[in-house]
Amino acid sequence: MTWMTGLDDWVVALGVLAAFACALPGTFLLLRGMSMMGDAISHAILPGIALGFLVSGSRDNLWMFLGAAIAGVVTAVLTQVLHRLGRLERGAAMGVVFTSLFALGLILIVQTADHVDLDPNCVLYGAIELAPLDTVMILGMEIPRAVPVLVVVGLINLLVVVLFYKEMKISAFDPDMARSAGINAGLMNQVLMVMTAATCVACFEVVGSILVVSLLVAPAAAARLISDRLPVVLILAVIIGAIAAALGHISAITVPGWFPGGVEDTSTAGMMAVLAGVLFGLAWILAPRHGLLVRSVHRLRLQVRIVSEDALGLLFRSEERGDTMSPSRVRRTLVTLADAGPLAARLAVSRLQRRGLVYREGSAWRLSEAGRSQAAQVVRSHRLWETWLWRHADLAADHVHDQAMRLEHVTDDKMRAELEAQTDSAMLDPHGRPIPSPAPEDGNQGESRPWKD
Amino acid sequence: MDTFFRVLLLQDYNTRLVVIGTVLLGIAAGTVGSLLLLRKRALIGDVISHATLPGVAIAFLLMIILGGTGRWPVGLLVGAGVAGVAAAAVVLLLRRTTMLRDDAAMAIVMSTAFGVGIALLGVIQDLPTGNQAGLESIIYGKTATKVRADAIGIGLAALLVVLMAAALYKEFRLLCFDAHFAGSQGWPVNTLDIALLLLGTAVTVIGLQAVGLILVLALLIIPAAAARYWTDRLVQMMVISALLGAASAWIGVTISALVPRMPAGAVIVLSAAGFFVVSLVFGSRCGLLLRFLRALRIHRRTNRQHILRAIWECQETSETVRVQDLINRRSWTRREVDRLLRKARRRGEVSFHGDHVVILSDHGRAAAEVVVRNHRLWELFLIQHADIAPTHVDRDADAIEHVLGVELVRELEAALGPDDLLPSSPHGLSGGTS
Repeated sequence: MTWMTGLDDWVVALGVLAAFACALPGTFLLLRGMSMMGDAISHAILPGIALGFLVSGSRDNLWMFLGAAIAGVVTAVLTQVLHRLGRLERGAAMGVVFTSLFALGLILIVQTADHVDLDPNCVLYGAIELAPLDTVMILGMEIPRAVPVLVVVGLINLLVVVLFYKEMKISAFDPDMARSAGINAGLMNQVLMVMTAATCVACFEVVGSILVVSLLVAPAAAARLISDRLPVVLILAVIIGAIAAALGHISAITVPGWFPGGVEDTSTAGMMAVLAGVLFGLAWILAPRHGLLVRSVHRLRLQVRIVSEDALGLLFRSEERGDTMSPSRVRRTLVTLADAGPLAARLAVSRLQRRGLVYREGSAWRLSEAGRSQAAQVVRSHRLWETWLWRHADLAADHVHDQAMRLEHVTDDKMRAELEAQTDSAMLDPHGRPIPSPAPEDGNQGESRPWKD
Repeated sequence: MDTFFRVLLLQDYNTRLVVIGTVLLGIAAGTVGSLLLLRKRALIGDVISHATLPGVAIAFLLMIILGGTGRWPVGLLVGAGVAGVAAAAVVLLLRRTTMLRDDAAMAIVMSTAFGVGIALLGVIQDLPTGNQAGLESIIYGKTATKVRADAIGIGLAALLVVLMAAALYKEFRLLCFDAHFAGSQGWPVNTLDIALLLLGTAVTVIGLQAVGLILVLALLIIPAAAARYWTDRLVQMMVISALLGAASAWIGVTISALVPRMPAGAVIVLSAAGFFVVSLVFGSRCGLLLRFLRALRIHRRTNRQHILRAIWECQETSETVRVQDLINRRSWTRREVDRLLRKARRRGEVSFHGDHVVILSDHGRAAAEVVVRNHRLWELFLIQHADIAPTHVDRDADAIEHVLGVELVRELEAALGPDDLLPSSPHGLSGGTS
């Protein structure tokens, strides 16, 4: 990798600016469930760009921008019209509009290829690598022409979001509530559409019209998975987009070199989209509350708690029968009876040992004092529920076990007391087995009543 | 002119092949597209088609690593298909495991996959051995003359897709209209969804050659959306959609073969868009024209009944009915009243005595009586059964008088048992009613 000052740093700067401009409308598109609108608009600006070329006959930035902006707004309006007036599902309406416009643009470009030098690839993929070479003089400094465009669009987006923050927030989360609060949700929607169109147009030169979608949606979605608060989501989306843009360019000029084949670099715009996707993937897995990892750990911990309670109940019942169980038999029974996964069963058994609730005696497993007292409460919940279900829910005595197996894990002291009251302090469950007595009032879990008395 | 008819009448062997191939593709896309549209999965085609790009690029690279040229079309298409299905699967997975909605999941998967594709194309471009010329064409599609070589393959694959859709027709119908019911009846909803996605992927992959990956979505969506304006029945919708798809394909290929530098895919899509606009306007189920005419008819009937009732009510309070009295009754302008009166005179419902005095004819009197009676029956009903004050019922009755059917009037009569044939107004008639 050879970093060229004055070229590569401008590429990164352009990418970061594009990411900044995209993140703000992208977040609101995401919240309104209209992320594909970015896709539709970025495809549909093709005929606008082509017409801009035809009218001006040159690669004049202003005409192109105007044509594309008009095409973008037309897309949004037509989609809305087909959805409302044509009673077409929104996704389908979008699909009809943008594919038709894209086809129109393609024909315009191919037909006029003699007159104007316009490559549809440049529109689709962007030409960020070349953008730093196309410069203008501003305040005596030579800077890429795309920089002021992106800065202006980004600042306008920021201004709109700051000015209409409350309105846009309510309209995004609850359009009906917005309407009842006197906010014109429809107008806010139009503002968002114009913002999206302008951003797509400003960015298509840099990252290509299709990859604009990536910068619009992926950073916002990643931020949404990380946080539930809108201001945080907005700021995170900007940061994630900027990181994706910077890392995207760096990997575009390094990663291909890792492989044999003699290729040194690849499309920066492509790699920016890939990096945005990768960062989203990381958020999907690692996000603090909604991430896959955290959620599966939560689920496993809950499962382990339930399975270890089942194990305590199992040992308690076998003690009642004057029987003993070996650790492997406990695990097997848990897997078959309590429907526990082998991993959860193993973790549950080691959890019980670690907490000193069970101990080994020869080949058998025994409950310690503390273990027996906890187990008694689990079995007490179970048998109270069986009695209650049998008496009050009109379930047959041989049908209450499965229900009680589930309910016993979510029953606390207060509920047990209530169940006891409602079952007239029954001594025996429907199967004729004794219901263990309640835990001591002082909350001393280490002892159960017979010892206290 | 000679070429024109040669192409149009399929006299050329090559043109015939291309036309038959793409027409079959149009039929397959129309059929599967109807199902996807009704399952509200229209845009999943966009994800699948964009994801074929990295699939093709990876297949190309793999084939080069294995020592080939990377140009074997079957290999490329298999790569495209696998990538398309994988992308659709990731969308389904994202929807299950995050709180993100469909649109976000689709946009993320689509753009990331396309980014991978573009990055890989960038690599292939620079490979000393590589030549990506064959790969570019899958983005925009080839021109008609170049599709020739693949026409037979496209046609056969499309035929297979149509047969599959027909074989699973009953299952898909249930899936599209009520997936929950289908699930409760023991149908394997997930498997059917996957089967539908597979058919969608198949259409996308075989369409890549002809129309390119961005526009193949149009073949899936536009004919199906157009067909929706003609019918409520699934089987008719599938047939209409398939016919529209086939017609668009034929027109597109023909124009592309006749006019220089016309990409077949884009012309096919624009023809389909033309059919869509025609259907939107003239559709016999809920086309715009039909709905406009219906609204116009209701509007006219309402106006006619308003003017008749206004004349009747004026007659009840005074001997002569002047135009100015009518204008005072409702919030309407002199011009509107004049227009309505002119129309009524043409229908023979009123006549003018002098310039300003309006007289109902026998025919007009009968019609007005019905309207006034409906209005007052409803007012009485509101007063007696809905506890609304007599001063407040006029406006409600004003809206409902036009749509009271014979049966409802009979029920009102039975419920209210008015003494007279025409009950008198429960509120004063002087002044305006609104």
